[in-house]
Amino acid sequence: MLRALLSDDLPQSRLLAAILLAIVLLLAAAPLLFGGAQAINTAAKICVFIVLVASYDLLLGYTGIVSFAHTMFYGIGGYGVGLALYGWGPTWSSAGLGLSLALLAGTALALLIGLLSLRVRAIFFAMITLAVASAFAILAAQFSEFTGGEDGRSFRVPEALRPGYSLGELPLIGPISGRTVAYYLVFVSATVLFLAALRIVNSPFGRVLQAIRENDFRAEALGYPTVTYRTVANCLAAAMAVLAGGLNALWLRYIGPDTTLSFAIMVDILLMVVIGGMGTMYGAVIGATLFVLAQNYLQKLMAAAAKATEALPLVASLLHPDRWLLWLGILFVLSVYFFPTGLVGKMRGARAAADRA
Amino acid sequence: MTPARHPTATPALPVAPAASDAPIGAARLDILPLLLLPGLAIAALAIMLWQGVPVSTWITLTIAALAMGMMIFVIASGLTLVFGLMDVLNFGHGAFIALGAYLAMTTLIPLAGWVEAPSLALNLLALALAVLVAMLGTGALGWLFERVIIMPVYGQHLKQILITTGGLIVAEQLIHVIWGGDQKPMPLPSALRGAVIVGDVAVEKFRLLAVAIGLVIFLGMLLLLNRSKLGLLIRAGVENREMVEALGYRIRRLFALVFVAGSALAGLGGTLWALYRETLTAGIGNELIVLVFIVIIIGGLGSVGGCFLGALLVAQVANYTSYLAPKVALASNILLMVAILMWRPQGLYPVAKR
Repeated sequence: MLRALLSDDLPQSRLLAAILLAIVLLLAAAPLLFGGAQAINTAAKICVFIVLVASYDLLLGYTGIVSFAHTMFYGIGGYGVGLALYGWGPTWSSAGLGLSLALLAGTALALLIGLLSLRVRAIFFAMITLAVASAFAILAAQFSEFTGGEDGRSFRVPEALRPGYSLGELPLIGPISGRTVAYYLVFVSATVLFLAALRIVNSPFGRVLQAIRENDFRAEALGYPTVTYRTVANCLAAAMAVLAGGLNALWLRYIGPDTTLSFAIMVDILLMVVIGGMGTMYGAVIGATLFVLAQNYLQKLMAAAAKATEALPLVASLLHPDRWLLWLGILFVLSVYFFPTGLVGKMRGARAAADRA
Repeated sequence: MTPARHPTATPALPVAPAASDAPIGAARLDILPLLLLPGLAIAALAIMLWQGVPVSTWITLTIAALAMGMMIFVIASGLTLVFGLMDVLNFGHGAFIALGAYLAMTTLIPLAGWVEAPSLALNLLALALAVLVAMLGTGALGWLFERVIIMPVYGQHLKQILITTGGLIVAEQLIHVIWGGDQKPMPLPSALRGAVIVGDVAVEKFRLLAVAIGLVIFLGMLLLLNRSKLGLLIRAGVENREMVEALGYRIRRLFALVFVAGSALAGLGGTLWALYRETLTAGIGNELIVLVFIVIIIGGLGSVGGCFLGALLVAQVANYTSYLAPKVALASNILLMVAILMWRPQGLYPVAKR
């Protein structure tokens, strides 16, 4: 049962399995365990980013192509749901229609970009996606009467997801609000999408992607049309990113360029994939969890450290809470050099070494 | 201008004549892409006349495009050469742009007296000093970047993209640490402010300077590449790296040199751009790097001539559309790129081996 759910791709390390289990249990019980809004927001953000990072890993880790347009698809999903709820009223049907339109648009755009640039080289694709994504971000900010511009749009979600809504009361736990329902919607969707991604990479299709990553000439020589495979992988990853964006919009009840389209989020995704471990879906879980926690709590730690070192001018500004990206950037460079398979690879490697001994 | 120019060699032994009419190794000037420049300008003129815009506006826009194109070319040329020579695409190029601009700004602060002086010579001297500091600083950082960041990942594209992006993040954050994140003023020297007015046409003085500097760099680069031993080696390296290595030249050293020069040019370009904008934020690199990528893709990765042409095309499109349809200005450059890639999937002047 568990094997089938995980598509026969087990964590392969006791430590990793224990950490994953802990993360999943904590996420599953988050609204019941932690009362505060910040804790639940963090948990929901982790769920959304797990999907987003897993879909990016499908591209970067499994197919070996670097895209800088992943936030664009994330944004398309967010804007699709958000603008539909804003324009057509807070009903489930408008959210569904918006998401379907976003899926259609996102996949079509991914197909177009793929056909245009995946024929040539990895580097070409990276540059073109960067250009297209930045143009998209600017367009989203420019057409402000439609998208809300830089300010974005706040909108109302379907009634069952609003904080004021009550599903009833449970013994021991208390009233179940719409926020809890919304959280579980995000959590369950994220779980399903993650398992689907795991299924994709462990299917024969996923094997071909890995073959292309390792050596595209050989894959081509074996008779696989590599361009088609790459393009399909690109579309799948884009569709998943659109869904993640839709979930995010439903949770935040707000959509704007800074939370979805900015290059900073693209950098975050890259960091999560690389630190968690490229080419291991579980890396997405570890990377996203670690990163979101760091983003929320490391900054506080750094603020304390900066205060403690106030007397030393340069050290204090290096430890300023806004500079947390500096340290993650250094961690990123080091992990690309020294552990290209990330934390998951490290944990699996420790087990492999123990087996050999 | 053509990338397909081989070092001409006369065969010592009689050989069978080549199937094509062109003599072996002679440069074939590919004229079609060059026609795009006047074509675009005339199309823009036609649209503007049709909309009742005076011709003087068109001339101002065209000169602005020329200046912007030159600045982008200065930045992009180093990137495209580095790619051509060593197959390394530096996603961290934006960091050099920003660092150059910040160094120049810092140099100009103590020189404020010269900058404000009404004498053109003193102004230019201050600018030259600022540019010198910027280029030395970015060149040195380029050397460090090449040694520390790029050297261990030669030949691994995926890692190169990731590592140089990581380097960009770190460098950008360090700029924040050193100079702070707020917007900085970057005043133009007094003699370069304002515009020269010829008839109906107003041309900003700084744009003329930018055009002059860009032309000097372009011509200097052409001379260096086509008329010197060093240029011969660089061009040979672009064509076939292993062969140059086999002939006993240290391609690594050559590459480090080109990388340093490319970084220094990015510093120069960043300085010019900041002066053009008259303000400066740490995001200056990201703002430009997208245009720079579009330029080198359009021109053909590794081709200096293509890069020059691409920069001018992109600047033209950006300037004309920002006047005619300001909301879609950047998207129009993407459209230009798509159109050109449909026509020539490897860019306007594809480099032979790729």
